[in-house]
Amino acid sequence: MAVDENLKIEMGKQGVFVTTLQELYNWGRRSSVWPMNFGLACCAIEMIATTMARYDLARFGAEVFRPSPRQADLMIISGTVTKKMAPQVVRLYNQMGEPRYVIAMGACAISGGPFKQGYNVLKGIDRYIPVDVHIPGCPPRPEALLDAFITLQKKIDAQSLTGENRPRHLNPEGQGEFPVPEQGEHDLEPPSNTLVWPAPMVIR
Amino acid sequence: MKTIEEIKAAIEAAVPGAGVEIINNPSPSAQHSLLLQRETALAVAQFLRDDAELAFDYLSNVTGVDWLDKEIVEKVKVKKTVTKTVDGVEQQVEETVDETRKRVEPGYLETVYHLYSMAKKHGPLILRLRTANRTDQVELPSFTPIWRSAEFQEREIFDLYGIVYTGHPDLRRILMWEGFKDHPMRKDYVEPDDFEYEPTAHDAVAKRAQEHQAKVAAAQNGGAA
Ligand code: SF4
Repeated sequence: MAVDENLKIEMGKQGVFVTTLQELYNWGRRSSVWPMNFGLACCAIEMIATTMARYDLARFGAEVFRPSPRQADLMIISGTVTKKMAPQVVRLYNQMGEPRYVIAMGACAISGGPFKQGYNVLKGIDRYIPVDVHIPGCPPRPEALLDAFITLQKKIDAQSLTGENRPRHLNPEGQGEFPVPEQGEHDLEPPSNTLVWPAPMVIR
Repeated sequence: MKTIEEIKAAIEAAVPGAGVEIINNPSPSAQHSLLLQRETALAVAQFLRDDAELAFDYLSNVTGVDWLDKEIVEKVKVKKTVTKTVDGVEQQVEETVDETRKRVEPGYLETVYHLYSMAKKHGPLILRLRTANRTDQVELPSFTPIWRSAEFQEREIFDLYGIVYTGHPDLRRILMWEGFKDHPMRKDYVEPDDFEYEPTAHDAVAKRAQEHQAKVAAAQNGGAA
């Protein structure tokens, strides 16, 4: 149940801080989203720039890049996902603890980008794992990554802890493990996880 | 540096029966190359590296090329005896007839090496090696024992073109995974059918996407019936 906004401000003036469990929980979740320390291609350089002093991702509570998936909350897919790398990316995602989020950064990560028709490039990581925020660009500027990060924080803030749209980790039916594709004789098998990514209709 | 003809002569003097052929490059760059025979290539390479004057001590680049089977259409004049009726009488007449003949020149896989000399500061010398065909006789001698820098590049060509380098110390795929069956840089390679979502397709991609949609539709109809 939400607290009336005006009442909250009034009570704040009196020195009483009122919140709801949901707000507190979401505030905690969104204020320390630690990304995982890995990059895949050129976009990773831009991601590194974002963490440095000029753009300073630390201002948003994401200062610590963790080198282990066990300690990370956010996977930034920063670059081209080759078919050789895709199983490892999915496996790393599986190893992350809930709650976990994914930002697909750049044209490559969202669709294969300039290499889309290549024999060795996955046409978008959302074929295997659920993506929270997509950023277009080749590469996206650090501001775009910051924007994606803020978008993710807003998304977390708006989540209700109960009901239909509750976060996956609070839903006992929620999927925790995503099948890792096999490297087959001609392609990855399966070529996409249809539960995560039903091929969108193209209307012409 | 010696001219390509001089290098050819030097090779033939040093390696008897080398069978080196000059392939001219008619473009302005005029980078002519030497076609080596598979049997003697290793000896020739050894000579090019160790010869005091040539001293090609640096292999900078190894490339693969896929040459498909070529269909050659020729017009030939053929003499034929034809039965004709001249003035109401049947006669045997000799005639020259134009005939188009087709023959297929078999394709092959090719490796191109670019050599330089650090010591003498000259180069490049371009070597070519050709396999017997594109399908089952795809062995070429490896130059890795002579120039270490060939190792990864030959592995890459093995991976992408399927040329098998005999004498290579560690011939494994380098870009694609173990168990991958195709050779993606060959001209007749067909990509896997992952064209389910092509929002801005055109040309060949649009065609593949349409084929994919048709296949999906057919499978759905088949399932419903
Ligand atoms: S989107 Fe562009 S910059 Fe980013 S990984 Fe792909 S090619 Fe590199």
